[in-house]
Amino acid sequence: MGIETGTVMLSTIGPEVVLVLAALGIMMTDLFVKSDSEQPFLMWIGIVGILGALAVSLSVWGREVAYGFYGMVVVDNFATFFTTLLLIAGGLTLLMSSGYVRTQGIAPGEYYTLTLFAMTGMVLMGQSTDLIMLFLGLEVLSVSLYVLAGMVQDSRRSAESSLKYFMLGAFSTGFLLYGIALLYGACGSTRLADIASVLAQKQILKEPMLLAGMGLLLAGFGFKIAIAPFHMWAPDVYEGAPTPITGFMSVGVKAAAFAALLRVFAGSLSELGIQWKELLWIGSVLTMTIGNVAALRQTNIKRMLAYSSIAHAGYILIGVVAGGAAGTGAVLYYLLVYTLTNIGAFAVVIAIERKGERNLNLDDYAGIGSRHLALGTAMAIFMFSLAGIPPFSGFMGKFYIFSAAVKEGYIGLTIIAVLNSLVSVYYYLRVIVMMFMKEQAAGAEQAAIFFHPTLVSVLLIAVFFTVQMGLFPSSYLQLAQDSIKMFL
Amino acid sequence: MGLISTLIFLPLAGAAMVALGPREKPGLLRGIALTTSVITFLLSLGLLTRFVAGEGGFQLVETHAWIPGLGITYRVGIDGISLFLVLLSTLLSVVAMAASWSDIKVRVKEFMICLLFLETGMIGVFVALDLFLFYVFWEVMLIPMYLLIGIWGNPARRIYAAVKFFLFTMFGSLLMLVAILVIYFYHGKTTGMYTFDLMSWYNLKLPLSMQIWLFLAFGLAFAIKVPMFPFHTWLPDAHTEAPTVGSVLLAAVLLKMGTYGFLRFNLPLFPEATVMFVPLLAGLALVGIIYGALVAMVQADVKRLVAFSSVSHLGFVVLGIFALNVEGMTGAMLQMLNHGFSTGALFLIVGMLYERRHTRLIADFGGLSKGMPVFATFFLIVALSSIGLPGLNGFVGEFLVLLGAFQAEPLWAVVAGLGVILAAVYMLWMFQRVMFGEVDKEENRGLKDLNMREGALLLVMVLFIIQFGVYPKPYIDRIEPSLKLVIKRVESRTALHQSAAGKPATPAARQATALHSSTTQHHN
Repeated sequence: MGIETGTVMLSTIGPEVVLVLAALGIMMTDLFVKSDSEQPFLMWIGIVGILGALAVSLSVWGREVAYGFYGMVVVDNFATFFTTLLLIAGGLTLLMSSGYVRTQGIAPGEYYTLTLFAMTGMVLMGQSTDLIMLFLGLEVLSVSLYVLAGMVQDSRRSAESSLKYFMLGAFSTGFLLYGIALLYGACGSTRLADIASVLAQKQILKEPMLLAGMGLLLAGFGFKIAIAPFHMWAPDVYEGAPTPITGFMSVGVKAAAFAALLRVFAGSLSELGIQWKELLWIGSVLTMTIGNVAALRQTNIKRMLAYSSIAHAGYILIGVVAGGAAGTGAVLYYLLVYTLTNIGAFAVVIAIERKGERNLNLDDYAGIGSRHLALGTAMAIFMFSLAGIPPFSGFMGKFYIFSAAVKEGYIGLTIIAVLNSLVSVYYYLRVIVMMFMKEQAAGAEQAAIFFHPTLVSVLLIAVFFTVQMGLFPSSYLQLAQDSIKMFL
Repeated sequence: MGLISTLIFLPLAGAAMVALGPREKPGLLRGIALTTSVITFLLSLGLLTRFVAGEGGFQLVETHAWIPGLGITYRVGIDGISLFLVLLSTLLSVVAMAASWSDIKVRVKEFMICLLFLETGMIGVFVALDLFLFYVFWEVMLIPMYLLIGIWGNPARRIYAAVKFFLFTMFGSLLMLVAILVIYFYHGKTTGMYTFDLMSWYNLKLPLSMQIWLFLAFGLAFAIKVPMFPFHTWLPDAHTEAPTVGSVLLAAVLLKMGTYGFLRFNLPLFPEATVMFVPLLAGLALVGIIYGALVAMVQADVKRLVAFSSVSHLGFVVLGIFALNVEGMTGAMLQMLNHGFSTGALFLIVGMLYERRHTRLIADFGGLSKGMPVFATFFLIVALSSIGLPGLNGFVGEFLVLLGAFQAEPLWAVVAGLGVILAAVYMLWMFQRVMFGEVDKEENRGLKDLNMREGALLLVMVLFIIQFGVYPKPYIDRIEPSLKLVIKRVESRTALHQSAAGKPATPAARQATALHSSTTQHHN
């Protein structure tokens, strides 16, 4: 590959630098924030930082590939795509946190700072071309999220969520590190490009150490993405974490981990494709099926969305298994539409949720569609989109994934996937049934819905893109294709 | 924007206007919706004048780029098969809007938006010539119908019915989606052109082993929609629980999408498989005819009775299609339109009864004809049309179907003929119990006869019923050339297939010879 970059090239991590500066800015400003009404100021610092990072990131779109830190990070379209996606997800998360943080009594300074740190880690993951750097990004993001998951005050569930996430996260990190160590042992390098060139000589393809390393690496990623059978932590963690963070985890961590998964497996370990594709095929089927079937029985909306998010990881894995330009492009497009739709769904949950984990049961949604038509319609659009019903973007995402799978001859997998999405229709429809077709039980208190202006803006953005990306997906599909060109 | 696109998007524009309208003035919202659908209907009449009768191919085709990267275009057009189905959709939408005037009192705004969305979906399904576009319309339509049943339906079981409707239809269509993708890539690999364009797909020669699976995948989606026995179980629930307007549109238009799908996709795309599956499909159609009629006979609820009669009538349509000759298919096409009017009108009538008495049980009625003579007259005409009385619309279609079936396999005609008799039994018996006899219940005394609006609605339907029955030629002239094209596609390919396999005459060959010998003269 000939990456002889003897320089640090700080500009390659421009977005990360801006994010960290903004995070530090929030930390400093927090010292001077005295009253509740000044809190939103902290969020706006974060938003400005994200916009700045976005500008830095987008300015290099389409430019020549640049390596930094002696070839440990890269700026290419693939990285830029994920950086942008993660920044958008993070930005929307901040916007929908503003009101939530106040009503839930969460310390705002720490909350926003940690969210930005988590984003930094995610962005770094998408840019890493070295397993060590990848690990570093993963840890930055994980440690921030361990804390964020436990930030709801006086909530046992939140504390449980944090501890559980930490324990299992640490466990999975062990897997990942061991996998990296074994790969290093087998290939003599942690650089993705070097590993690829060693494997290209095909001498060590049967080496047990290599295969074990690959398997452990896969398990490590599996934990982060919540691929069955490594998904057990997700529902509990998602349920207990502050709702905006749950939304952020369900899209951000997933996107970052998939970015790394693609770089490592589709990119560097492609010689071992037969082996890991088989594993991921099974993983995909298990993930979809377990996620969807378990979601059927949930009564708590956050748990339901957690299982739904597991199921969606299963669909995305189909794209990874299919591979090629179509499959990889489908993964990117799917992550994009899933991010915007799912963030929207969580924004609705936040609007309805009350302090003390109230109004999180599906029963609490009864009759909301008739009292707040706009909110109900927005949720209906997100649910239809997640269920994969046209003309919403979720359908286009699934269509693109399925078409890649059929193209590569995975027809059996596609049929399992469409049957799974049939199962998922049932629980997504249940939300709509609750909101529009049931009336609130007599005597139940009618909770005021919480329309914070920034939250409304998130809803509007999410609805707009969920519809627009479904009706006119062409430019986004092209974007996804442009992002993987240099990487394939 | 061409005429067809205008028809598709005008209801959407109307929906947007209703959405912006004031919630406190339901009358205004109804007015906007009704005006939109009336304008759409009037514009759709333009299709009739611009359509060149006697040509079988697609006309008024519009093509716009949509997702070029995947070979997806926005392509719409009509032929003889879809022309009248589009008109049926636009007309029945007007009827539905008008019929909901007094029926729907809560959430009028959302209701009208749903109806207008539904209209867009219905028109779209019939005119889409790109498989992706077709699939999008096919699925989009589920959403408004699901909401119509689930929100404005009968309180007791509406949610169950709505979800069942959604899941059943979705099940079939998802497998169809996989099949569409398989054909797309096969087309791409063999011709080098990746496209969802139906016209290109018509030239594709799929190997028989693939055709069988693809036929089953498409066929399942359509069979559920029709619905054919044994996939019909969603229908009685959906019909019974839906509000009147929902039932009318479901019966009159949505069910036709299944039979339309067979004609438009299964037959021309998978000709060899079609011939192979004729015994299965015709067999299921016959079972449906008899089963639907028998079950209709024992229903205690008028609406359920009409719902099961649909299963029976749609059996005729499928039988006509799989007779694979001009008579049968023409009969099937006419029967699709007839069923739209007759059963649509029957559901309106049941709705009117329900509005007056708040019950649909046959046992609760009796002797209504004395107090409601005008209503009784309309009801009788519609009931007779549903039975297939000569001079009314049902007769023409049923007769042609029987004729076609007889040419294909005499036994089919015998069994289907039995269905005609059973139809008379259940329909007339119901009519007798509801309308004639003594007025033995106090509540049935002094029921109001039809008001102007109701009378006008039924009058429109009955006029069509009579016009169709007396002079069906203009319809047949426009429908037939397109059907012949479908038959030609099936015939040419299956003949090839047989010579390759070196097999002696199969039913298809017999049908082919029957086709050549049969004239295309029509009575009336």
